Amino acid sequence: MVKTILDELIEANEFLLPGNTACPGCGSTLALRYVLKALGKNTVLVIPASCSSVYQAIYPKVSFKVITYNVAFASAAALASGVKQALVKKGYDNVNVAVWGGDGGLIDIGAATVSGAAERNEDIFVFVYDNEAYMNTGIQRSGSTPPGARTTTTPLGKIVGFKKPMSFLMLLHGVPYVATASIAYPTDLYEKVKRAKDVKGFKFIHIFSPCPPGWRFDDSKTIEVARLAVETGYWILWEGGYRDGKINLTLSPPSRPYKDPSKRKPLEEFLKYQGRFRGFDERSLKKLRDWIEYQWNFINSFT
Amino acid sequence: METYDVITGNDAVAWGARLSRVEVIAAYPITPQTTIVEKLAEWVDKGEIDARYIAVESEHSAMSAAMGASAAGARAFTATSSQGFLYMFEMISWAAGARTPVVMAVVNRALGPPWNIWSEHTDALMARDTGWIQFWASNNQEALDSIIQAYRVAEDKKVILPAMVMLGGFVLSHTAMPVRIHDQDKVDQYLPPYSPPHYVLNPKLSEPFAYGNILFPWDYAKVRLSIQRAMENSVDVIKKAAREFQEIFGIWHGDLIKEAYTDNAEMLIFALGAVAEQAEATAELLRKKGYKVGVVKVRVTRPFPKHEIAKLANKVSRIIVIDRDISFGWDGILAGEIKATLHEHNVDTPVTTKIMGIGGDDILPDHIEKAVKEVYNK
Repeated sequence: MVKTILDELIEANEFLLPGNTACPGCGSTLALRYVLKALGKNTVLVIPASCSSVYQAIYPKVSFKVITYNVAFASAAALASGVKQALVKKGYDNVNVAVWGGDGGLIDIGAATVSGAAERNEDIFVFVYDNEAYMNTGIQRSGSTPPGARTTTTPLGKIVGFKKPMSFLMLLHGVPYVATASIAYPTDLYEKVKRAKDVKGFKFIHIFSPCPPGWRFDDSKTIEVARLAVETGYWILWEGGYRDGKINLTLSPPSRPYKDPSKRKPLEEFLKYQGRFRGFDERSLKKLRDWIEYQWNFINSFT
Repeated sequence: METYDVITGNDAVAWGARLSRVEVIAAYPITPQTTIVEKLAEWVDKGEIDARYIAVESEHSAMSAAMGASAAGARAFTATSSQGFLYMFEMISWAAGARTPVVMAVVNRALGPPWNIWSEHTDALMARDTGWIQFWASNNQEALDSIIQAYRVAEDKKVILPAMVMLGGFVLSHTAMPVRIHDQDKVDQYLPPYSPPHYVLNPKLSEPFAYGNILFPWDYAKVRLSIQRAMENSVDVIKKAAREFQEIFGIWHGDLIKEAYTDNAEMLIFALGAVAEQAEATAELLRKKGYKVGVVKVRVTRPFPKHEIAKLANKVSRIIVIDRDISFGWDGILAGEIKATLHEHNVDTPVTTKIMGIGGDDILPDHIEKAVKEVYNK
């Protein structure tokens, strides 16, 4: 019998051990589990301040079975650049050096550093698990919080600002590999990481990662919320990169049907599960719809 | 083969890094540091040195990349100045906590605002509580030699801490002086390749582990205490490094301090870097005029040479400290350190602070002479 990609994913070695200290229903640990299965043993994780600096467990225990280096909030992509360059200089050419952090660390405070590493086309991975706010410090708004969402620093909902389109920014840097992914589509994520492993240069993978306590939904619903984000067209799965004077972008299979707006589920289905959107007004809804439209227009301009 | 050349302090630093066979350089430009890393970038591009040059987008990233490289087992170098130094401050502290023996040249420059690009020591002195070893070069030869010595000390098994080497902006950085560029074989003999006993990001480790994750207070305190112990250990390591440098190269820059005209001195001048060099030249003149004045170059400010300073201070009746820096609301920074040292060692020699040369104002022999005479005749 032919093995499917799902079989491969299930059978691949585990590098995220049981007993980590993540919240029940954590999206980020699911994402990390799939990413590490794809990256394999020969990996150095560089982790800026984030939930993952906490859920890896407290000394002397650790729940990651790869070399893990914890670093300051804004430093990760630069630090990983130094690690990679040194390992290559020392003759270790094939180590995956991967930044693993949240939207706060990599889309806000560390964004300049991610941009710098992208511009230099450092041969590293940058994985953002995007839970759309500063969750580790207790649900404060980030540049990646969507319009209208309530956080502890936007108690009436995010009125000022959009959601920073970091993956588009990365694509426009002209790096060889950029992709979005979602924990609701593990094989899509797994295959993307595997493909990225064959790419020399800068790789940016932006993973949608719902957070039950931060978004205020029941911790049994993480996958459902993540899937609805794709089915409503809110989160779009694609991959692309720069090659020969051109930026290529392709929609990934799970998102292909939703290119046609009539195929998308109503946005309200995605919103209704989440306490952060409670009391969502018409103005915020329009802003969120505009933002979704903007994303699709951007992507359609390439496809 | 050793050669002699007339070069700036910044070129001397670049030569120090080159002779130390640095493997990864990460840097960001800032006046008056820039010509150090320009020189290194040129050598890397021409293939004259076998190193990787990471042209990062900020000083914060320069220190991040340098310490990342060091954690992965490479000998790493960076250089900065003033605002750049402050911009990387978070990672300066992190590099020490992570025990990554990076060496950094700091070309001392005044802090803004208002904008000022000239020499002042306040920048580097702000980092004296971070866990970095701090060397102060008083001339271009010492700048070159201190980089090599700094790696020797930083990478010593009993130390494993980063080290910074300071040189005065323009006063040394852009002033050409005769410098001996050492024979590479001799430097290799003095400074073996960096082979850390345990470097964290070694892919050959049979069992991977996490570094720097959360520690409860009792374990955290142990880790921080190990930095203090390493600092204490570094005193003897610095002395040995200076002694062996003298044996191999025949040059003595001092170890933690360097004395000049201290025999039978009734008064001592304490200062850092090129200011101390100027004080030494002034003391020579003053000795001829009958003033029994000596100079103590404080060559290392961390670890602070408490015993050495207390011993010398105990023999004299007056001390002046020339500070090209200030801790607002307190004192000259070096003067404050020396006063604390004397108190700790029950030495009651009076100390007078003279703050001079702020924002690069010239410190001339006349200024030092005037300061000495004021105190000497009291």
